[in-house]
Amino acid sequence: MSIDKTSATADQHIVENPDAAAGSDTAVDPRLLVREQGLAGYLNEFKRKIRGGDLGSIPVVIGLVVICITFQSLNSAFLSAKNLNDISVAMVATGMMSVGIIFVLLLGEIDLSVGSVSGVAGAIFAVLAVTHGMNEWLALIIAVVTGAAIGALHGFFFARIGAPAFAVTLAGLLFWNGFMLHLLGQNGTINLDSDGVVGKLTTYYFSDVAAAYGLAAAAVVLYFVTAFLDARRRDAAGVPSRPLSEIVLRTVLLAVVAFAAAVMFNQYKGLPLALLLFLVVLVSMDFLVRRTAYGRKVFALGGSVEASRRAGINVVAVRISVFALAGLFASVGGLFWASKIAAANQSAGSGDLLMNVIAAAVIGGTSLFGGRGRIWNALLGVMVITSIQYGLALEGTGAPIQYMITGAVLLATVLIDSVTRKTQRTAGRA
Amino acid sequence: MVHVSATPVLALRGVSKRFGAVQALTDVELEVHAGEVVALVGDNGAGKSTLVKTIAGVHPIDEGAIEWDGKAVSINKPHDAQHLGIATVYQDLALCDNIDVVGNLFLGRELRRRGVLDEVEMERRSRELLDTLSIRIPSVRIPIASLSGGQRQTVAIARSMLGEPKLVILDEPTAALGVEQTAQVLDLVERLRERGHAVILISHNMADVKAVADKVAVLRLGRNNGVFEVKSTSQEEIISAITGATDNAVTRRAARTNGEAQQ
Repeated sequence: MSIDKTSATADQHIVENPDAAAGSDTAVDPRLLVREQGLAGYLNEFKRKIRGGDLGSIPVVIGLVVICITFQSLNSAFLSAKNLNDISVAMVATGMMSVGIIFVLLLGEIDLSVGSVSGVAGAIFAVLAVTHGMNEWLALIIAVVTGAAIGALHGFFFARIGAPAFAVTLAGLLFWNGFMLHLLGQNGTINLDSDGVVGKLTTYYFSDVAAAYGLAAAAVVLYFVTAFLDARRRDAAGVPSRPLSEIVLRTVLLAVVAFAAAVMFNQYKGLPLALLLFLVVLVSMDFLVRRTAYGRKVFALGGSVEASRRAGINVVAVRISVFALAGLFASVGGLFWASKIAAANQSAGSGDLLMNVIAAAVIGGTSLFGGRGRIWNALLGVMVITSIQYGLALEGTGAPIQYMITGAVLLATVLIDSVTRKTQRTAGRA
Repeated sequence: MVHVSATPVLALRGVSKRFGAVQALTDVELEVHAGEVVALVGDNGAGKSTLVKTIAGVHPIDEGAIEWDGKAVSINKPHDAQHLGIATVYQDLALCDNIDVVGNLFLGRELRRRGVLDEVEMERRSRELLDTLSIRIPSVRIPIASLSGGQRQTVAIARSMLGEPKLVILDEPTAALGVEQTAQVLDLVERLRERGHAVILISHNMADVKAVADKVAVLRLGRNNGVFEVKSTSQEEIISAITGATDNAVTRRAARTNGEAQQ
């Protein structure tokens, strides 16, 4: 019987895991996160998160404030209603494309083709609607569907055939840029009807002051009601809920931002259609990512592909659909781009557009390693990038300085991300 | 004694699996009844994990047949296995580090309410489940990455119980656990048997096997090497079936320590 004892005790020693043993201590575990109720508990939780390296959107918001103060002190026109209104229209094209890129980044992959695909969408619309006189709505739908199909094709090569997404979409970057140039033909530029559907995307403003105020009020009420009902349901089910004080605090913050923006828009031309559409996309895609089973699958793939596969998730289908979404939002962004310059031309989708799209997602706080990020990152990131562009333009500084500053901001974001990840790892929250 | 059904819940008949030039499994037979814990043992590379993955649908079998409740079935995808009522807790856990405990428990079978994730109900059921299994973790809303190895294992096991499976496969569930958590997992295994689940338990730990298993199926080099009743079999017999010989490192060591003890 001596084998029994030696093998058993030896095994016990080997398998003993100090962490697990400590965790099995029956006394009150100091690591249990018991959150106090009320506002004090909220603040404590907030402090604990910051110490643990979970900075969330704080660095971006601070960055935005710094940008505003800097450019405002250089030129008082920066915070004027006109300039802010222009920024909020100009950022939509890049922002839409960033939404698509965030989906891809959540998978832990990259899509380098979004710039070229956006150019293709603009060109397809221009050729169909202007050259061939097709109905503008139909041309718009064909352009967007083509973008999604191109994305799905990239996704197919990546997910089904197993080629690296980086290489597939790099090939796509070249191919679709050539395709766009081919579509535009010899002239190279097709001017759009500025009163058409696409033309109005960036030129239409809801000049009635009620539009901006109404939207702000609706957003605040909707937020409060959903948060309040959610908390009530959680209370009823006996699971921890947000205290009412926290909901009120968040609602007040949202109200301040929303109404300040509404006042600002109404001082110039009113609420821009482009921004309204961007907000609709942000809200609906944020809902898709955080509140549906599909979004959960995207996050799961970004965390562990093998775990997702074993949980019965159709990995290939989710990957293809994510690249299709990236293509779809690339083409939507392309149409906003075409609208802004009122033409489809040879430079569309090239230059620094792709880099700005990816930079916006990353500056907003989306991890390049997959599984971490929010759709709203697109808004914050693109606000930073576009503010820098417009601020420098007011100063009359050219592209060289602008590239260098945007690059520095991107580097700073990635550095902050890396440092906080390190803190998170030591705090056990990586 | 626990009631054991006449027809096995799961039966493997002459199952073979090959990876390129490697014959991982050859003509393997295995039967598991409801309310029965079958320990699957064997040395490293004996094919235990491969066998489990064929049952779970990760690697479809090349030859042979799988019977479920007496009927021949084909398991080609993890989803097929889940659908039949097979839940698997893998050695490498298969949890998503970036998703919280609730999300991981319900991964792949999220509860929905009007098409939207029902986070409240999922959280409530998660807490209920973890409470009934006396599993203690800091919070059900923190990412798996924040948990210790032992805590992750208990989450993975809890997850397998959510779908009320007929067969639970545990791949070395106690390998990374401390003394008390090992005991908790073994309690869990017994609770599963009492509730009429069939359990396949893979373990290197003979003490665990003797403690909870009814039968021991031994694999050696990808083939069956005997099925033993735990009650009427000595540990030496099982070990010699695992190593494939009566003269091996384990018996030599036993003889030596016996000799030392007698001196």
